[in-house]
Amino acid sequence: MSRPADDDGVLAAEIADAQLGPAEVSAAVATARPRRNSAGPLDYLQRWPLRLWLVIVGLFLYVPLITLMAFSFNDSKRNIVWRGFTTDWYVKALTDSSLLEAFGNSLSIAALSTIVSVILGALAAVALWRFDFRGKAAFEGAMAMPIVIPEICMGVAMLVFFARIMPWPQDLIWPFNLGPIVIAHISFSFPFVAVVVRARLASFDRSQEEAARDLGATDAQAFRDVLIPHLKPSLIAGALLAFTLSLDDFVITFFTAGPDTITFPVKVYSMVRFSVTPEVNAASTLLIVLTVLLTVVALRFQNPKEVAGA
Amino acid sequence: MSSKPPIISIEGVTKRFGDHAAVDDVSLTINEGEFFALLGPSGCGKTTLLRMLAGFETPTEGTIRIDGKDTDGVPPNRRPVNMVFQSYAVFPHMSVADNVAYGLKIDGVAKAERDRRVEEALALVQLEGFGGRMPDQMSGGQRQRVALARALAKRPRVLLLDEPLSALDAKLREAMRFELASLQHKVGITFVMVTHDQDEALALATRCAVMERGRLIQLATPSDLYEFPNSRFVADFIGTVNMVEGTLKTDNPTEAIIATKELGDVYIDHAVLGNEGATLYLALRPEKISLFRRDGVVPPKLEDCPEGYNVVAGVIDHIAYLGSESVFKVILTNGRQMLVIRPNLTRWDQEDFVEEQPVWLSWHACAPAVLAG
Ligand SMILES: Nc1ncnc2c1ncn2[C@@H]1O[C@H](COP(=O)(O)OP(=O)(O)OP(=O)(O)O)[C@@H](O)[C@H]1O
Ligand SMILES: [Mg+2]
Repeated sequence: MSRPADDDGVLAAEIADAQLGPAEVSAAVATARPRRNSAGPLDYLQRWPLRLWLVIVGLFLYVPLITLMAFSFNDSKRNIVWRGFTTDWYVKALTDSSLLEAFGNSLSIAALSTIVSVILGALAAVALWRFDFRGKAAFEGAMAMPIVIPEICMGVAMLVFFARIMPWPQDLIWPFNLGPIVIAHISFSFPFVAVVVRARLASFDRSQEEAARDLGATDAQAFRDVLIPHLKPSLIAGALLAFTLSLDDFVITFFTAGPDTITFPVKVYSMVRFSVTPEVNAASTLLIVLTVLLTVVALRFQNPKEVAGA
Repeated sequence: MSSKPPIISIEGVTKRFGDHAAVDDVSLTINEGEFFALLGPSGCGKTTLLRMLAGFETPTEGTIRIDGKDTDGVPPNRRPVNMVFQSYAVFPHMSVADNVAYGLKIDGVAKAERDRRVEEALALVQLEGFGGRMPDQMSGGQRQRVALARALAKRPRVLLLDEPLSALDAKLREAMRFELASLQHKVGITFVMVTHDQDEALALATRCAVMERGRLIQLATPSDLYEFPNSRFVADFIGTVNMVEGTLKTDNPTEAIIATKELGDVYIDHAVLGNEGATLYLALRPEKISLFRRDGVVPPKLEDCPEGYNVVAGVIDHIAYLGSESVFKVILTNGRQMLVIRPNLTRWDQEDFVEEQPVWLSWHACAPAVLAG
């Protein structure tokens, strides 16, 4: 007689099982996620030989920079022996009006060329990704040219271009006097932006754009609300790249700079030709600190989760 | 029944990609409030048809009317339909609430009203309190609900779903299936769902369109598709079937006999309306065949059944015990293999038969579907 009762029990359990509520469903999914455990076989950075190697590489990369910075505080006219601590060289560098002017020029050029490069580069990348048109491969190749052409050739080409084809008037007011350098810098940095943006576009899910359209957005709204946020990390990375490329470019700038449009690297070069004083070190240290700060700020802007996901 | 015009009418629609017709001369109508399923094997054009409804593809030929209006040239953002994408396409850089609010924001719905409708939509899919989360903090099933809520918040006339459950694991899929059905019941919106999972279509849909290579093969209710398929393709595609080829031997208004090599003469209790000698196919579902022990050569007594049972002899080759039912692979004396499904109605039913046992297979004269092609 116990059997029918048994039956009922089993049946009730089955029914309870079948009615899986949403809370239980999501709980099941949450616990199904894999957990990361401490040191897997591929976490090779946790083993000492590789750590040692990492330290050596770090030293190799940073010792010259640290030396440069250290000697900017050297109380001597020479960069060879340590004579004591001073900040005089910084005072000297910061009051050297021609150095400051060169530095200001460099920053203006970098800022202007970065803005234009990011817009041009991003649009070129989107156009190449989005549309199929005749001569697409040729366009793509031509766009990558400035990346592979030797800088010296670019420099000479720019020199000839601005001397013969499009002579730039002298004595223009700021920032128009910087025109040739800005144009030259845009031409070699926007392809880098395009490459970075293109790489990011490859991971874009087209159906997100379609979802935005489906929800009522126009093409332009979908571009603004879905594609741009997706591209944001690459736009920041591209801008950073363009900015640093412009800031430290010497060769091309050397050929396009006029007598009153000296940039920081060109100025440092002319200073070094006379003598390597700690003033140069001080100026360079300031530049390094500035770029590091910019990088930190830029990395802050990128949401790390966004970069990891998608 | 209803005097209302259909919410969607597709008239002679063809979509070609180059020479290849992804959708080939499809005509059908979908009524208001229906749960309509587009079913078919991979590559048959289901997604393409759905994307034409959403406005992401333009028909090469034919017209699509939504709510009576020709959709020719109407972009996706101006159609009263919303879509749930197979990949969900939840915006990763927006919170769940912002995702759901997106369509309303675009439409210029005021903030207070928007917040209210976002809450309402999240409640519909049982995601209350999740509004502040980012999508990458959600599981796959939850992300899908976000996509559903986002589409429903716009209060579309028609909700389009492209394989909404295919990315979920089996257990969750079954749970979501019930939820989808009750959701549609609650909101009363017309659902058009694409799937290649026949169970899903049968369980959810009020009507199903079965497609093959771009063509619409059959449009019917789930039970009609299963019990009254119009072709070998549909019979094969929906569920399992024993397909037997034969020729029409006699045909009159109340009965027909089809001569087959494998089952002998099969008696059918209705007219077939074919030419005598024509090649026909019998689609016989496994659960419609009964099994009897065959200890002697005398056919079983079938006193509970009216006359007109067909009987053949065979030997059980293999038994798959599935709990609620058992599947028998039976080899007939002529070598033909037949599948039989027998429900385990009591807790001892599985003991009735063992492998290698001689059996009779028997089915009613109205059990097989007679198909012309
Ligand atoms: N944009 C396109 N360009 C060219 N061919 C396409 C395009 N979209 C779809 N097709 C082709 O059209 C046919 C139907 O595709 P569709 O995506 O509609 O199939 P489906 O029924 O949704 O299949 P699945 O179940 O695999 O999703 C396929 O042969 C596919 O290759
Ligand atoms: Mg598809």
